[in-house]
Amino acid sequence: MSTTTVQPPAEPAAPHRVSAGGIGPGQLLASVPEACRKLDPRVMAKNPVMFVVEVGAVLTTLSAVKDPSVFAWVITAWLWLTTVFANLAEAVAEGRGKAQADTLRRTRTDTVARRLTDWRPGATGVAEQEVAAATLTLGDHVVVEAGQVVPGDGDVVEGVASVDESAITGESAPVIRESGGDRSAVTGGTKVLSDRIVVKITSRPGETFIDRMIALVEGAARQKTPNEIALNILLASLTVVFLIAVVTLQPFAIFAGAGQSIVVLAALVVALIPTTIGALLSAIGIAGMDRLVQRNVLAMSGRAVEAAGDVNTLLLDKTGTITLGNRQAAQFLPVGAVGDGELAAAAHLSSLADETPEGRSIVVLAQERYGVRGDGSADGGEFVPFTAQTRMSGVDLPSADGGRQVRKGAAASVAAWVAEHGGATGTQVTDIVARVSAAGGTPLVVAERRGGTARVLGVIHLKDVVKPGMRERFDELRRMGIKTVMITGDNPLTAKAIAEEAGVDDFLAEATPEDKMALIKKEQEGGKLVAMTGDGTNDAPALAQADVGVAMNTGTSAAKEAGNMVDLDSDPTKLIEIVEIGKQLLITRGALTTFSIANDVAKYFAIIPAMFASAYPGLDRLNVMGLHSPASAITSAIIFNALIIVVLIPLALRGVRYRPASAAALLNRNIWVYGAGGLVLPFAGIKLIDLVVQFIPGLR
Amino acid sequence: MNDTLAGWLQVLALIAVLAASYRPLGDYLAHLLTTGKHLRAERFVYRLAGVDGDADQKWSVYLRGVLAFSAVSVVFLYGFLRLQHHLMLSLGFPGIGPGQSFNTAASFVTNTNWQSYSGESAMGHLVQMSGLAVQNFVSAAVGIAVVATLIRGFTRNRTDRVGNFWVDLTRVVWRLLLPLCVVFAIVFVASGMVENFHAVHTVTTIAGQHQGITGGPVASQEAVKELGTNGGGFYNANSAHPFENPNPFTNLVEIYLMLVIGFSLPRTFGAMVGDHRQGYAIVAVMGLIWAASVALITVNELHSVSSSAGHLAGGMMEGKEQRFGIWGSALFAASTTLTSTGAVNSFHDSFSPGGGGMTIFNMMLGEIAPGGTGSGLYGILILAVVAVFVAGLMVGRTPEYLGKKLGGREMKFASLYILTTPAIVLIGAGVAMSLPGERASMLNSGPHGFSEVLYAFTSAANNNGSAFAGIGVNTDWYNTALGLAMLFGRFLPMIFVLALAGSLAHQQPVPVTAGTLPTHRPQFVGLLTGVVLIVVGLTYFPALALGPLAEGLH
Repeated sequence: MSTTTVQPPAEPAAPHRVSAGGIGPGQLLASVPEACRKLDPRVMAKNPVMFVVEVGAVLTTLSAVKDPSVFAWVITAWLWLTTVFANLAEAVAEGRGKAQADTLRRTRTDTVARRLTDWRPGATGVAEQEVAAATLTLGDHVVVEAGQVVPGDGDVVEGVASVDESAITGESAPVIRESGGDRSAVTGGTKVLSDRIVVKITSRPGETFIDRMIALVEGAARQKTPNEIALNILLASLTVVFLIAVVTLQPFAIFAGAGQSIVVLAALVVALIPTTIGALLSAIGIAGMDRLVQRNVLAMSGRAVEAAGDVNTLLLDKTGTITLGNRQAAQFLPVGAVGDGELAAAAHLSSLADETPEGRSIVVLAQERYGVRGDGSADGGEFVPFTAQTRMSGVDLPSADGGRQVRKGAAASVAAWVAEHGGATGTQVTDIVARVSAAGGTPLVVAERRGGTARVLGVIHLKDVVKPGMRERFDELRRMGIKTVMITGDNPLTAKAIAEEAGVDDFLAEATPEDKMALIKKEQEGGKLVAMTGDGTNDAPALAQADVGVAMNTGTSAAKEAGNMVDLDSDPTKLIEIVEIGKQLLITRGALTTFSIANDVAKYFAIIPAMFASAYPGLDRLNVMGLHSPASAITSAIIFNALIIVVLIPLALRGVRYRPASAAALLNRNIWVYGAGGLVLPFAGIKLIDLVVQFIPGLR
Repeated sequence: MNDTLAGWLQVLALIAVLAASYRPLGDYLAHLLTTGKHLRAERFVYRLAGVDGDADQKWSVYLRGVLAFSAVSVVFLYGFLRLQHHLMLSLGFPGIGPGQSFNTAASFVTNTNWQSYSGESAMGHLVQMSGLAVQNFVSAAVGIAVVATLIRGFTRNRTDRVGNFWVDLTRVVWRLLLPLCVVFAIVFVASGMVENFHAVHTVTTIAGQHQGITGGPVASQEAVKELGTNGGGFYNANSAHPFENPNPFTNLVEIYLMLVIGFSLPRTFGAMVGDHRQGYAIVAVMGLIWAASVALITVNELHSVSSSAGHLAGGMMEGKEQRFGIWGSALFAASTTLTSTGAVNSFHDSFSPGGGGMTIFNMMLGEIAPGGTGSGLYGILILAVVAVFVAGLMVGRTPEYLGKKLGGREMKFASLYILTTPAIVLIGAGVAMSLPGERASMLNSGPHGFSEVLYAFTSAANNNGSAFAGIGVNTDWYNTALGLAMLFGRFLPMIFVLALAGSLAHQQPVPVTAGTLPTHRPQFVGLLTGVVLIVVGLTYFPALALGPLAEGLH
């Protein structure tokens, strides 16, 4: 059948193209029983367009029973199929969520919780009580040990443990959860792999994260979003217009001596009202949420997904989103008579035992760029770790002449250390340090002490490394009309340098949670919608204030509570994808609405001549498709109308193709594909169906 | 000069003067709708009416003003018509019957000017001047007042105030309509239109027959009849009558007058929203549809001639005046049906099926190209809202127009607006066609007869007022049904427009970014034109198929 051509041609996948898995015929078939259950008029009444189709189907059924003919029964059958197909779309969309919910449900076993009756910080030997996890309530304390399942959502208040969160995130690598700070949240259903923690429960029974997840993916908590409501109003009013047009047509037709049967009139109404979008509208909404779920993002409401499409300003944390998580050594800058190699060797030495990413990057740079080798000179040395007090790290090597000490660290600290050991820091060092800072880098001063006096060897230039492809990403966002603001704790100078390198539109340096909040409010004041990510408890107010607040799953429960989305992967870059999914959802709605309305033109050309060419032969000239007979013409239009729903179900679930572009460019493309396509395609489709249908006896 | 050249010159001259008027008239209107200063004469009116000219109204209060003012107007005009024989200058005509009085009162208050009477044989001079002509001024002003609130809905933020009805009404009458009408009445008198208080002259014709010729204050009424897109003629023959439209020059001036406010209001819109490009986009859509309609009617009237007499006349000359010809008549017919004027200088009933069908289709468009004074602009802005809603989704944002979000509330009012008129037209025509007595009013059978009924309801509900003729509408049923169609077709949409204005004014604006659907480019002009044609086409296609299409396709 020609109708399959409506699917847009397969595209070569762009690196970050928004898409989701398609559906197979199996999934369609499996959803048929559910689709039939939805024929209940009380359910159908929620969708005014499809309710009219169902009423039409009932009327034609009665008419066909009373006055049977092949034509009447064929139309009746296809009107019922139209309603079933519409329900099928919704059932398939919901079915995908259900499968996910079932997986989640399996993790919510009947866990037994070990409740601590009177836990207080620092208390030991607190009495324990075994209770069902479902009875836990706000403020209870429970203890969980290695191998046990966390009975409910909460914050760790004592201890550290590695936790397997794969039940929720699908990520098998364990994560560390510890009391205090921003890594304290644990989720019910996850498993403690090592150690022992005490958890303070922060959710009520039945309202745990998993419960909410299940409700969300099943669509139980689904409410119509504001835009869906607005579109429904438009569709309902179009339905009313067409109902009036058809009902009032009867007296005109009788006057013309061509009164029409109930079957034909019902067929005309169904062909005209926007059934395609009416059938697929709720599936599009469910699928939009589902596409987020597939990217491991949980949207707490459809409203949030819609808002994501509207976002004007993205607040992006510098670290982890724009730059790689850590700064990396980029250059060694020796001072005085010190050579490159000497400095590199010293820096290498001081970092060999330094397991921080910065330390490792120094080792890598020294080895790769300066050919430094581990020559065993560090053997027997004692590693001096970094502390907040000293703000230095390094190594002490024993040797014959009193030992050698190498230090690297913040300029002021190292300068103080050098001075303490009788050395001096020259202006050259200060200059280099200032230069590195001005360029947005972090200077680490390297010094050594052999025997008595210490001296400065040089400076390591640590640099934030902007993730590859970010600049292009931000250019794209700019073309979509979205402003990016980089949030960082760095000083303005550093921030400016990175902002320029990454190509963001603006930055907020030395950002405190209050600054963030103020920025969001300022943007919203001007009518802008703001999206941000956050994980800490002090991010919570800003997350709540933002129109789209994506909390990281690793974050605190306060943050998760405040945001309207949770990213299970805790990947702040995903904010950009979320925006794209929001846009794709809206475009899909608009495109299918346009398509649905444009389809009507061809249906008129099929049905009107079929109805009236007998009374006014001149109207046969409107039969531009050259359809076989009035009966076959009307049947073909109705069959096309029903089949196009099934054909478009995959598109509705997957979403239409979306590539970031300006509004004008997007509109042009979509009008051509779905507007012009919607005008032309049904002419071909109806004609092809007619070529088959005309052989049905009784429709000739 | 041959007809074709004369025709082209007329069209081009018309476009040139309309283009020249666009900026000054549009800017002037924007000024008078936004300035804080009152004229002394206006202050006097406010004192007299007990109105605070500086107060700003909520949309609901504004609406109450519109409805109350119009209701009082209907009652007053109804009484005037019923009692005209007790008043002076009645020329001896009796009072008008209740059905026709209601119909006429509804017709003039709604800016429709549907006439189920013959002016020269039913209405005295006093009724014409201080009853009907007064409504010609104020009903036009009401339309402009209502569109002013819609524009303010876009320009104002976080407020529940949309303007002051009494101020808008008074200013439009004082500062726009009266001065222009004085000027053009003089132009008309100078070009040969009558302006006197004469009663009926009985003259003996060459053939020896007696004919009654009525004079009257025609020129003064003619100016506002066209400028206010009213269309109610002093004479039954309307602008085909030589006293009401003596020559091709007055014909062209009349067409200019009916179009000029409608085509200049987009400038007012652009000026008030602070972006003239928005105005150009809207006027481009109006202009495209108008030009296409003029072209289609002209071509149909010139070329779809079936009789040999027609070939001799060089086109479908039945029902057209020799002094205007095909071009002058087609230009007038397209303009009058696209502006809700409804004045006629030829009989649309006698047009070719294609040309006549176009006049119906023009009205079905909802009077938006350029439409009635004020009502044309609010009509097209509502369609723009619908177009932006669907297209806005296709750019991946919840739709917004001029910085205002189109949510459920906005779409509710816009949807009700686009639903109302077709419902009135189709239900009215449907009921008429179901009643045997009303079908008997048709003077023609077959599709042409049906077109006449469809035309009547389309004309009434869209507040056009022109008649296809060929149908006896002075029956109680038609007087009442069409009167109701006019009232509902005028005031229900106004309610929705004002509600929409209130809802828009309440919003906080959304900033324009590269992601915002641009509504000033050719792309949007094409889109809006497409939406207008498709929405209207789909709604009326079945009815049109059984009328003009059935008649025209062989």
